[in-house]
Amino acid sequence: MLGKLTWDAIPFDQPIPLISGAVVILAALGVLVWVIAKGWLPYLWKEWITSVDHKHIGIMYVLLGLLMLVRGFIDAIMMRAQQALAFHAQGYLPPEHYDQVFSAHGTIMVLFAAMPLVIGIMNFVVPLQLGVRDVAFPTLNSVSFWLTATGALLVNMSLIVGEFARTGWLPYPPLSELRYSPGVGVDYYLWAVQISGVGTLLTGINFVTTILKMRAPGMTYFRMPMFCWTALASCLLILAAFPVLTATLAMLTLDRYLGFHFFTNEAGGNAMMFMNLIWAWGHPEVYILVLPAFGIYSEVISTFSGKPLFGYRSMVAATLFICIVSFCVWLHHFFTMGAGGDVNAVFGIATSIIAVGTGVKMYNWLFTMYGGRIRFTTPMLWSLGFMTTFITGGMTGVLLAVPPADFLLHNSMFLVAHFHHVIVGGVVFAVLAGITYWWPKAFGYRLEEFWGKAAFWFALAGFYVTFVPLYVVGILGMTRRLQHYDVAEWRPWLMISAAGILVLIAGAICQMVQLSVSFLRRNELRDTTGDPWDGRSLEWATASPPPVFNFAVLPQVQDAEAFWDVKRRAREMHGSGSEPHYEALEMPRNSPTGFVCAFFATIIGFALVWHIWWLMIVGLVGAYATFVVFAWRDVPEYVIPAEEVARLDRANRIARQEAPYGASAI
Amino acid sequence: MKSVGPMVRQAALQALLCLAAVMLAPSLACADSILEPVGPVGRGDAIILLDAVVIMLAIVVPTIMVTLAFAWWFRASNTRAVYRPNFTYSGRIELIVWSIPTLTIFLLGGVIWIGSHRLDPFEPLPSTAKPLEIDAVTFDWKWLFIYPEQRIASVNRLVVPVGRPLHFRITSASVFNVFFVPSFGCMIYAMNGMVSQLNLQADKPGKYLGLSAHFSGDGFSDMRFDPIAVPAAQFADWAAGVKGAPLDRAAVGVLLKQSRAVAPYTYRGVDPALFDAIASQKLPPGEGPQSGRGAPGTQNAMSRGRAP
Repeated sequence: MLGKLTWDAIPFDQPIPLISGAVVILAALGVLVWVIAKGWLPYLWKEWITSVDHKHIGIMYVLLGLLMLVRGFIDAIMMRAQQALAFHAQGYLPPEHYDQVFSAHGTIMVLFAAMPLVIGIMNFVVPLQLGVRDVAFPTLNSVSFWLTATGALLVNMSLIVGEFARTGWLPYPPLSELRYSPGVGVDYYLWAVQISGVGTLLTGINFVTTILKMRAPGMTYFRMPMFCWTALASCLLILAAFPVLTATLAMLTLDRYLGFHFFTNEAGGNAMMFMNLIWAWGHPEVYILVLPAFGIYSEVISTFSGKPLFGYRSMVAATLFICIVSFCVWLHHFFTMGAGGDVNAVFGIATSIIAVGTGVKMYNWLFTMYGGRIRFTTPMLWSLGFMTTFITGGMTGVLLAVPPADFLLHNSMFLVAHFHHVIVGGVVFAVLAGITYWWPKAFGYRLEEFWGKAAFWFALAGFYVTFVPLYVVGILGMTRRLQHYDVAEWRPWLMISAAGILVLIAGAICQMVQLSVSFLRRNELRDTTGDPWDGRSLEWATASPPPVFNFAVLPQVQDAEAFWDVKRRAREMHGSGSEPHYEALEMPRNSPTGFVCAFFATIIGFALVWHIWWLMIVGLVGAYATFVVFAWRDVPEYVIPAEEVARLDRANRIARQEAPYGASAI
Repeated sequence: MKSVGPMVRQAALQALLCLAAVMLAPSLACADSILEPVGPVGRGDAIILLDAVVIMLAIVVPTIMVTLAFAWWFRASNTRAVYRPNFTYSGRIELIVWSIPTLTIFLLGGVIWIGSHRLDPFEPLPSTAKPLEIDAVTFDWKWLFIYPEQRIASVNRLVVPVGRPLHFRITSASVFNVFFVPSFGCMIYAMNGMVSQLNLQADKPGKYLGLSAHFSGDGFSDMRFDPIAVPAAQFADWAAGVKGAPLDRAAVGVLLKQSRAVAPYTYRGVDPALFDAIASQKLPPGEGPQSGRGAPGTQNAMSRGRAP
């Protein structure tokens, strides 16, 4: 009846997951009860859960990403603590548990924290920057989000029902095959990643279509803001790479469920093929994350330097260059398999060539600042922190791309330090810069600067204190994923690294304080003009938060910096022109399709993990029925009358005309 | 004149290693470190590593300094800085901006090409001495080192003679592992159904750190072995004096069962066809665990015990 699911699935013998799981469930129930008691459920259902508005979906993505960032960070704290303690000792986490912790940490951080954060910011910003009213397929967008949430839910469910993978965040066979991983951990991984992967692929389709087909009148490709270009490059990579992931994991699934032999030790299986395939996705995945991050920095540095982006076309070229070359480098993840001098050299050189694109970007940001008037706001601090940090992170990356150096550093703590260096210094800093930068646009008030800057300085210092020691232990020969060790020379460095985590915790607390303080002081921090930073692109041309239709009248773009151009001309004409002619607008109706689909997807995933076949069929039928009901809908859109559009737009126009341009900028 | 090249290289290497040692920390001095190798392979890898670092630092350090300088000078409150809101393109700067990284990568590309070929782990070392053959097999979770010429084998202890090239053939009887002795240099994968080769040499006697550099399951942290380099005569004595049961298929059957933190021991009398039988999958692969939540018939059997 319940497949493999029995009471033994609950880890009663392991207090850590049991207690933390119970706390999470209690907290979630508490929030639910609170929401119901306050009578907010109908509002949440109408405005958020069933919303197909790209802005609301974007915000939910970011919220999911932040929650998972905290979960992954807790895993990180546990690992640093374990390695600080486990010298000539077992520490406090047995290997069975420690292995799950680092596997979950990697999976969650890459796929359920970084991806939702980056995609969330893309969701919120891209249609606004393009000057359009929504993405190409709004309901599909909601489906994407909820499927991602399903994946995250399944990963977290494994904490208390069964176990998570004990194989690392990429489940290399033969270790991940049934023979060596008979538990449900790898199955949780497979279904969580597959289901959320469908969501990510749909996002890719959605945004490529949106960017290619739905720009404001006059916005040619070379007038798109840099963030849109990087979002386009990232989504093209999603389109090319995620099907590879799906196919690879499907093969492993067939091995585990139906006794196939794609990657097994027996019957001609070849585990090396998995390594090639998974990294054919895995390496572009890094650029899927970091390209939009580069886009965020481009926007932030340009705005706070008070200058257009330097060498715009060069930046576009560098972005597309990275986009393409990132597909030709996957083998650098296993130089040490002994492919031979020619193969290793070709992939090593291809990898280091990516640094040309990144280097060009770095110098263009540098010359964007040159001749600027730089305002050191929180987003700008994150960007400067990134520029100085990422360049050395890139250097250690190129070092790992040199095969003879990689022969000494492969899989070591040096590698761990390197990818945290670029992902934290590149992606996490960007996301925090982006959240601070676009927060006023999303919620109508700026974030408080003091706590934001405190968060930045703690994060920057904490980052170095945590990860520089890991470079050193890597040089001392320490490999990653060790649950215990007895090499005395590693110990002091691991202790320093654990101390660094404390500094990072301080940074995380400052960040949370910043959000709380800003919310409490939101009336002082209110942005009435919609343009708090003296912005240059179109998202600043509408109210904060933007009305559901984004723009009352679609903007006419005549320059690469659409809004800056409008402001300049308005300034010359002493005002922002006469009121436009408002027309009634059609907007897509909200739809529970995404949420219901994800509900059934969760059931399917859970049933497949535990081999509850009848439940899986129920889930499949439900998901298909949801799709059919949606496909047969009669009224896809609703009309906003012209008076309503005018009313919403006028309030913003008045505030905007009262405040001189740029006056609200700090 | 012939000897000048190597001498310059040697001096450069020593200078760089000193620099690295000073830069890092005093505690490195007595530790196994990839920057203080004890063999020609490790030295070759380390010098390439340091070459690459120096090449890149030459452009990374100035870039960071210029970044900070620009950010500081062009701060909004600095009235002496000239505001140039329209400075958005300069052909000359673009040329430089593309050239600097390109030229750096050209230089580095050369290092990569030459280094990848010269230090390919499969390539025999340029030495007149005949290499010592060692066949390494990984099990869950221990290392087996077979000395086919001596007909002996050792678990979790790798004894090698100083100054003589070592030729390893490496495979896995279960999951992936990586053979790595940081002080000797180059690491390489151990994979089931495949044979990797590795050429190393240890020039200094001593006991070093040996480990698997690829996660292989719950017992991975104990996937450690002791590489011991001894003078050639001492090695011959050791090889002659090794005691133990013969290593045959039955003995391999025991090794195929999972066990952790196995204390080193030896075998005398090794079936010469054994390594090939493992590598060509004529023997069954490692048995794997009988635990894991949701595994059929073994619920709640989280094995934490240690086999002898």
